[in-house]
Amino acid sequence: MNQPELVDLKKLLKDSLHPVGGLELQRDLWPAMLRRLDQPSFHVPWWDWTLLAAATALLLFFPGMIPALLYHL
Amino acid sequence: MDLLQRFAAGDLEAFESLFRQYQGEVYRWIMRIVRNSATAEDLTVETFWRMYRARAQFDPTKGNCGPWLRRIATNIALDHLRRSRHEVPLLDDLPATASQPPAEQLELRREILGAIDELSPPLRAVILLALVEEESYENIARALGISESAVRVRVFRGVRVLRKSLSQAGVHA
Repeated sequence: MNQPELVDLKKLLKDSLHPVGGLELQRDLWPAMLRRLDQPSFHVPWWDWTLLAAATALLLFFPGMIPALLYHL
Repeated sequence: MDLLQRFAAGDLEAFESLFRQYQGEVYRWIMRIVRNSATAEDLTVETFWRMYRARAQFDPTKGNCGPWLRRIATNIALDHLRRSRHEVPLLDDLPATASQPPAEQLELRREILGAIDELSPPLRAVILLALVEEESYENIARALGISESAVRVRVFRGVRVLRKSLSQAGVHA
């Protein structure tokens, strides 16, 4: 690829895609940032907690299942 | 204690000051890669969130968090392109500059956006930054964490793929 070819392609691209240049942000993003900071970084869905609680209860009330469970794991 | 030291120590007010100082710059950089304002806003927030989480790793004696932020922003923009590739077509919401008649211009623009969409995310980012935004190879290399010669190779490969796609679509560049 030679330089004139690159210049032609650059012109074609710039004719179709406006360079961002000094584009200004339309709104302050700090409120969105605060909302993001309030979100937990690791979210476990409620049904996962339910399943975990059910499994724990099962093992607590039927400890005889533990060896069988370990065997299958 | 200066702003960067306070930020590294977890001071939220210092983080807010840095956020306000750099949000426009980070937004513009991401916009150069993803070319969609709503996505660029979301990814800007995500960039600062990652910066805040990684504050303990930041060395305040460096005196400037701009290059670090730009590196995080670039990685986040590339991750976004990888996730959305072939799902969401390139939606450039900046006006075109050409002087062709609207119908012809729209068709050409559509072909070019389609050809850019065909590029892999790392090639697409380099092509947009180097050819459309005319960023220096040095800046691109620093933001991507690669050498300038690697940027040159990516530009060369990207141009080759782009020209092939465009010529298949009947556009000769």
